[in-house]
Amino acid sequence: MRVGVFICHCGNNIAGTVDVKAVAEEIRKIPGVAHATTYMYTCSEPGQDEIKEAIKKYNLNRIVVAACSPRMHELTFRRTIEKAGLNKYYFEMANIREHISWVGENKEANTKKAIDVITMAVAKVMQDKPLFSSSFKINKRVLVIGGGVAGMQAALDCGDGGLEVVLVEKSPSVGGMMSRLDKTFPTIDCSICILGPKMVDVAQHEKIKLYAYSEIEDIKGYVGNYQIKIRKKATYVDWTKCTGCGACMEKCPSRNAYDYFNFGVAPTRAINIPFPQAIPKKAKIDPNYCRQFTKGKCGVCAKICPTKAINYEMQDEIVTEDVGAIIVASGYSLLDIERLPEYGGGRFPDVISGIQYERLLNASGPTAGHILRPSDNTEPKTVVFVACAGSRDKSIGVPYCSNFCCMYIAKQAILTKDHIPDSQSYVFYMDIRSPGKGYDEFTRRAQEDYGVKYIRGRVSRIYPKGKKMVVRGADTLLGTQVEVEADLVVLGTAVLSNPDAARLAEKLHISYDTFGFYVESHPKLRPVETNTSGVFLAGACQGPKDIPASVGQGSAAASKVLALFSKDMLESDPAVAKVNINKCVGCLKCVRTCPFQAIKENQLRDGRIVADVIETVCAGCGVCTSTCPCGAIQLQHFTDNQILAEVNALCQG
Amino acid sequence: MAKKRYAYFQGCSLEGTAVEYDKSMRVVFDALGVDYVEPEDWSCCGSTPAHTVDHVFAAALAARNLSIIENMGLDVVTTNCPSCLMAFKKAQYSMENDGTFKEKVNELLDEKYNCGVYAKSSLQVLYEDVGLEAIKNRVTHIIHDMKAAPYYGCIMNRPPKIAQFDDPENPTSMDRIISALGIEVCDFAFKLECCGAAFGVPKRKMVNELSKKVIAMAVDAGANCIIVACPLCQQNLDLRQEQINQTTGSNFNIPVIYFTQLMGLAFGYTPKELGLDKLIVSADHFARSRITKQEYLEREKAKEQEKKAKKEVKKQETGEEENP
Ligand SMILES: Cc1cc2nc3c(=O)[nH]c(=O)nc-3n(C[C@H](O)[C@H](O)[C@H](O)COP(=O)(O)OP(=O)(O)OC[C@H]3O[C@@H](n4cnc5c(N)ncnc54)[C@H](O)[C@@H]3O)c2cc1C
Ligand code: SF4
Ligand code: SF4
Repeated sequence: MRVGVFICHCGNNIAGTVDVKAVAEEIRKIPGVAHATTYMYTCSEPGQDEIKEAIKKYNLNRIVVAACSPRMHELTFRRTIEKAGLNKYYFEMANIREHISWVGENKEANTKKAIDVITMAVAKVMQDKPLFSSSFKINKRVLVIGGGVAGMQAALDCGDGGLEVVLVEKSPSVGGMMSRLDKTFPTIDCSICILGPKMVDVAQHEKIKLYAYSEIEDIKGYVGNYQIKIRKKATYVDWTKCTGCGACMEKCPSRNAYDYFNFGVAPTRAINIPFPQAIPKKAKIDPNYCRQFTKGKCGVCAKICPTKAINYEMQDEIVTEDVGAIIVASGYSLLDIERLPEYGGGRFPDVISGIQYERLLNASGPTAGHILRPSDNTEPKTVVFVACAGSRDKSIGVPYCSNFCCMYIAKQAILTKDHIPDSQSYVFYMDIRSPGKGYDEFTRRAQEDYGVKYIRGRVSRIYPKGKKMVVRGADTLLGTQVEVEADLVVLGTAVLSNPDAARLAEKLHISYDTFGFYVESHPKLRPVETNTSGVFLAGACQGPKDIPASVGQGSAAASKVLALFSKDMLESDPAVAKVNINKCVGCLKCVRTCPFQAIKENQLRDGRIVADVIETVCAGCGVCTSTCPCGAIQLQHFTDNQILAEVNALCQG
Repeated sequence: MAKKRYAYFQGCSLEGTAVEYDKSMRVVFDALGVDYVEPEDWSCCGSTPAHTVDHVFAAALAARNLSIIENMGLDVVTTNCPSCLMAFKKAQYSMENDGTFKEKVNELLDEKYNCGVYAKSSLQVLYEDVGLEAIKNRVTHIIHDMKAAPYYGCIMNRPPKIAQFDDPENPTSMDRIISALGIEVCDFAFKLECCGAAFGVPKRKMVNELSKKVIAMAVDAGANCIIVACPLCQQNLDLRQEQINQTTGSNFNIPVIYFTQLMGLAFGYTPKELGLDKLIVSADHFARSRITKQEYLEREKAKEQEKKAKKEVKKQETGEEENP
């Protein structure tokens, strides 16, 4: 056994608080260590070359690199030693940066700890066994979850790249939040005019299979081979027959159904097509309001429908699709204004949310594009916008900035002036965040060309006074309290993750942060990857994001999938669980505990039942190894003996 | 089950400027069978002056009283004054959640406090423990010409983490009690607005302006009486009402009465028994104009019948028109 140990300075990152030379000297004394040295940047090209040369020169057959986290460079160095002719699993990384130099200030203690950690790695590497990957075929179809602008962009790019796409959208139409917007900043172009054609492309693309009003029920498998169960929720309308004529909607007697598309600005019918440009343009019954369901009788739509599409007996249906990669683009949700009682959210009809105002501005919205305040349908002359309504507010549980409210508030204030020339808008803000291209110019235009009055300060209270809403707040630039009597108040409500974000993440085995936004693999260098290979992110499900950024990520995720699918075969990771059939007693406890269903029962030729690991499905989590009462199932590269060797090394040191 | 016994902490205001609050609360508690005893040798609750200077000292003042109550074997203290209430709740909260704080406080006390007493406002006791149903059943008289603006003041429900009662932005407990008395409640936007509190001494003008806003909003909402639960609010709105009129050019004449006085009136007690004579802006006319529940119900019935009869007549008239 001839172990080579390479200790990295990482510039001053490690060498600043660890005496790397002393460490090397100490490590050299360990029996079996044939070579130990330090290097400024081991991961650089000359650094890697030095490892390769040392392997030849000193005839090394096991390598330890003491540097940063294995999440950073383990793959890099495995490749290096493979190129030098060693099996890539004859390699260990000792993390002396994140675990030592970055967290401790005491150089002496750090140096001692670094020696311990490297001694453990040396003990482990001596126990390492050569492992070999097998390769398997990729299913070159991709699942896109969420049909907002990010998901549609990803689907179209994948489709144009020749991949078959399965697009699953939870609501009855694709389009997401953008389909509800009137105009978009900073160019004030009509949202649906630029989105509509994309929606139609999605519907007509020969490579895209759209499941609208559907949700992900279950995901099994691994990168290259996923089996997806999709729940097609009952619409009570046979979409193969529905022509979208809308006759049912006109005649439906239940006129007070909640309108999810319009965020409750006005009621809709129990049977409805959410908006004129909906894709697919099909009707759907809301059983919470439909009289056939609530009262047991009605049947008007069934009578009226010219194609006999109505089916009150319809049930959810589960379908299966096989894919090789997944793009998650499930978007975001918004803080309920009722969570802002000091602003009278939910109590005063003339205090509304930004997205509701977007619907009032929109020509196909409930007011046909006339700004009319909800309480009495009159045109408001004074409109107050409240920025950061719930955002950057720890007491609401939203310490972060919602990213695009500053911008859409400026947009809505401009549009207000366009709609009602003799109106005056006010914006209460904390600070204006407009760092995008052309964005700051845009918010200035609102102030300079459209006369929007910006008041720097928080609103403390909103209360009714006659027909007006009095908005009381601080003007922190003047150091006074101000009160504005408004006809309408628009709250720029905080962006939240979806209520079901965590549930979806658990199905996908991806991580999410405290706020339910999905976590990318690296905040700078791997922004659309997740730590689960084969699963990618796009759009606001990863964090609040405007349209340009969401579209950019949609395309980025698509290009990642296209790159992944450019090969025909994928290599499997051999560091998976393996059953020793001589020790296995067939209790099958491991089968029940494995979170990935990677272990199945197997009957040997002599009739004996044992456990059997499906190598490509096993994620190497190791849960089974601690479950097995006989020690029969071992995780390769992390066997009991290998881990005990590390523990021994530590305790002897 | 034995009846719940409360410790009643009177507090300094209720001995002085707000005796009528104390008086009327006792009447109402007795009428509804609430059992209460007073701790002996109670002292300052540690409110305003103390807690602006030293939190440990303020908590110790509160905890001294709580520890006396604890030693009486009681676990709930009720008080009328929101300042006392919050002084107790804050001391309790800080001591329960911060061991070192608790130690520091206990160092100042002869008798250690073990955090076993919870404070409840008399409003909370009546609203939650007695309940609206019992209150409704006890009503004997209806004040049919009153339109009440319930004014909670700024501290009773806030901060919610400590107050743990009702909604911090739109409380409704007093609204509901007033409704249970058969009295009309106005939609009043300034339920929680600041009245100026104790700043009446150093900054009279500011307090006059703040209190004016509250009264003006109540009048705008159509109220002819403001119902309060805080001695300081009552003082600022009632005692200073004339001052407000003089300094701000307003012309208010609206009674400001404690919700317990209102309950007493609805339970048939005399103005004297409820200390109505202590008010500056008189509310006696409400005592005079109240009618018995029975009379009220009869009147309502008569009104209902009259309405029905009118409808009938109308129907006949239009019916005749249809078939000439
Ligand atoms: C009032 C307002 C005004 C705005 N104005 C502008 C503007 O002018 N310019 C601009 O650039 N940005 C604007 N934005 C921001 C814009 O809405 C977002 O940038 C954009 O919608 C993000 O797109 P997305 O596809 O990531 O998410 P979304 O639009 O939220 O789309 C997500 C989609 O996924 C679906 N979905 C969710 N969960 C699931 C699931 N579990 N399974 C299947 N499908 C699921 C949803 O139904 C939805 O269709 C505005 C936002 C608001 C609130
Ligand atoms: S269900 Fe019938 S009536 Fe309704 S939209 Fe479809 S075809 Fe038209
Ligand atoms: S738990 Fe162990 S013994 Fe039981 S079936 Fe699995 S491998 Fe075999």
